[in-house]
Amino acid sequence: MRFVDEFRDPALAAALIREIGTICATLGRAKDDPVTVMEVCGGHTHAIFRYGLEGLLPDLIEFVHGPGCPVCVLPMGRVDDCVAIAERPEVIFATFGDAMRVPGSRKSLLQAKADGADVRMVYSPLDALELARRNPDREVVFFGLGFETTMPSTALTVQRAARERITNFSLFCNHITIIPTLRALLEQPDFGIDGFIGPGHVSMVIGTAPYRFIAEEFRKPLVVAGFEPIDLLQSLLMILRQMAAGEARIENQYARVVPERGNPSALRAVEEVYEPRPTFEWRGLGSIERSGVRLREPYAAFDAERRFAVPDVKVADPAACRCGEVLTGAVKPWACPVFGTTCTPEMPLGALMVSSEGACAAYYQYGGLRGAA
Amino acid sequence: MNGPFSLPRRAPRKVTQPKVTLAHGGGGTAMRDLIEDVFLETFSGAGHAAPEDQARFDLSALAAQGDRLAFTTDAFVVDPLFFPGGDIGKLAVCGTINDLAVGGARPVALSCAVIIEEGLPLETLRAVVASMARTAAEAGVVIVTGDTKVVARGACDKLFLTTTGIGVVRTGLDVGIAKGRPGDVVLVNGLLGDHGAAILNARGDLALETPIESDCAPLHDLVATLIAAAPGIRMMRDATRGGVAAVLNELAEASGVGVRIRETDVPLRPEVNGFCEILGLDPLYLANEGKLVAVVPPEEAEAALAAVRAHLLGREAAIIGRLAAERPGRVVMETRFGGERIVDMLVGDQLPRIC
Amino acid sequence: MCLGIPGRIVAIADEDAMLAVVDVSGVRRTVDVVCVAQEGEPLEALIGVWVLVHVGFAMSRIDEEEAAATLKVLAEIGEMEGELDAMRTGSVAPLAPAN
Repeated sequence: MRFVDEFRDPALAAALIREIGTICATLGRAKDDPVTVMEVCGGHTHAIFRYGLEGLLPDLIEFVHGPGCPVCVLPMGRVDDCVAIAERPEVIFATFGDAMRVPGSRKSLLQAKADGADVRMVYSPLDALELARRNPDREVVFFGLGFETTMPSTALTVQRAARERITNFSLFCNHITIIPTLRALLEQPDFGIDGFIGPGHVSMVIGTAPYRFIAEEFRKPLVVAGFEPIDLLQSLLMILRQMAAGEARIENQYARVVPERGNPSALRAVEEVYEPRPTFEWRGLGSIERSGVRLREPYAAFDAERRFAVPDVKVADPAACRCGEVLTGAVKPWACPVFGTTCTPEMPLGALMVSSEGACAAYYQYGGLRGAA
Repeated sequence: MNGPFSLPRRAPRKVTQPKVTLAHGGGGTAMRDLIEDVFLETFSGAGHAAPEDQARFDLSALAAQGDRLAFTTDAFVVDPLFFPGGDIGKLAVCGTINDLAVGGARPVALSCAVIIEEGLPLETLRAVVASMARTAAEAGVVIVTGDTKVVARGACDKLFLTTTGIGVVRTGLDVGIAKGRPGDVVLVNGLLGDHGAAILNARGDLALETPIESDCAPLHDLVATLIAAAPGIRMMRDATRGGVAAVLNELAEASGVGVRIRETDVPLRPEVNGFCEILGLDPLYLANEGKLVAVVPPEEAEAALAAVRAHLLGREAAIIGRLAAERPGRVVMETRFGGERIVDMLVGDQLPRIC
Repeated sequence: MCLGIPGRIVAIADEDAMLAVVDVSGVRRTVDVVCVAQEGEPLEALIGVWVLVHVGFAMSRIDEEEAAATLKVLAEIGEMEGELDAMRTGSVAPLAPAN
């Protein structure tokens, strides 16, 4: 595949890894004090495991798998709300496949489907809108999930529905934004991450400017990265080079896809359709101010939360889980007392075991070859 | 019965109703008509023997072909019933032939149990049965017995098939999932994931256009070729649900060996690769219906590969890995540029990873 | 998160609805092109353009020059030109895991 295979070249990887090793050695770090780099995005976590990158890097480098998996950080109470909507007899509940297995306090969407709810797995919000067109006597609700990457697609779909005057379509909006979350992480007192691999596809929408505070206020380097293994290795090298030079800048490794200014059409749609919620709850991290969005008043008719009564009950995360600490890099997944015992991909207890992009599930599934295996 | 009201018994008639109804499962003449017209005519042609409740085999004829009987059964509930590259009927025949073949058996005969949801168009049923008959004839096996049930709407989804098969295992041949040894070579007979991708796409919810067709095919002839080229063969499995990943994990566990495969050696159609990239799927977990995983001793690997490649159903065959003493019970894949990852069993179905 | 992959626009499906057909390794899908269309330019101009596709939306035009520039930088890292060729022809041992 073009723009993919070129960035999976093993010979390039070998050269990059050697260069990474060379720079790493100059940083004066030790095995028990490695350079820690957080990849914010779950897609990066997935790529790191899929290609076995951790095992190829020097011991002096450690990835910390950040909070960028929207399925993992969805709080249980919200899952309960979506199950409640999906179980209404008039509703066709359309969702991305990822969200099907996320456990609520009662059940997951997959279990709700088994109990008779009409849950459909779609590839695109456009497909949910098509379901609404084809089923005028049903209420089609789309499970809006994801960061800024996915936000424009649901915003544009809602606008399309409004234009076509489709009245049986609505959105259960759980979109979250990355910047307030990064700030919340950075403001934690003992946050020891040396640098960030920035989310490539979020950045193609928002651009690179919103990250400036990370370099300016917190003196940490961030490199926006693509999702192929060479992209990740090059980004890591760019971070290390900044560290070696004593710099902290925002760089863009993924310039083939990420324009510095982001995507103005996408941002306009997001701005027109959504407004920030005062606060939004994250599984494992707690409430973060202005980190979630909801539909603006002119689009109220398309808001599933206003259309259908939802329980809206907060459910506490299981006490034994150390998800929050794993997310912030304070502990590794296998240091959690329930990892692989009462918390497995079959019966996930904590947020990070839920999706294959969650740090714990990734370690469990691919057997972190370093630590857990 | 004698008397003024007795009528002469009528001969079975053609079924002319457009849809199957509960009457077709009621045990009366409607059922007899359905069985005669739709099944017996198609499976055995006109002039078939009187229908009995069981098929009977000449033991000495079977015994001449090998030293053990192989016996297997499989249920088919695929949705949709017709998909690019096949249909539920072809799938049911191939699936059971393949389950026999990978045990080293020559398939002999199949049975077919059919559960029909009332309201199924008769045309659909005829098409499926014709496809079963055609597939069986091409493969040289006979469908010798069966059963038909009609259930109320909603009690099943359109049409379910269960095929059971018997075959005769070649004398002396002993293949099994626990027989892999370190150093053995793992091969597959072609491009992986076609069936899984074709079915997922045929359901239509994903709205993708692909030229991908199911690889559904009977493998017994290929197996015969393979066994002839590699008489020391350790194991064969058709890589259906759970894909090649599931077979390799079972192999690693049962044989107490590590399985090491190389990502670059895994044969994939570019469209299946594209399909997987779009949906965030891993092709190693996609189902196949015409692909098997075989383990052969290293000294027979080259001959095995050459023989399989010379067969129509094995042209894209490849050696994808080896068994090792290290990491027993684990399947490890060397990734495209030398990294490693563990290929584990999945919890359930693979779900598209999108957001 | 945010699975996106490169595809090439091969046809316009519906000019008014801003829908085009994108091809990914022979797999085709109708996608929304609002985010990559340029004002005042007919949609036809998008045919042949590589885009990054996410959940049925073309979200970014892939900048071929930037891609080439990135690959050039990569090729210059170290003095690896000779090394790369050697590795591709198999005269250097492939990578082994570091631990």
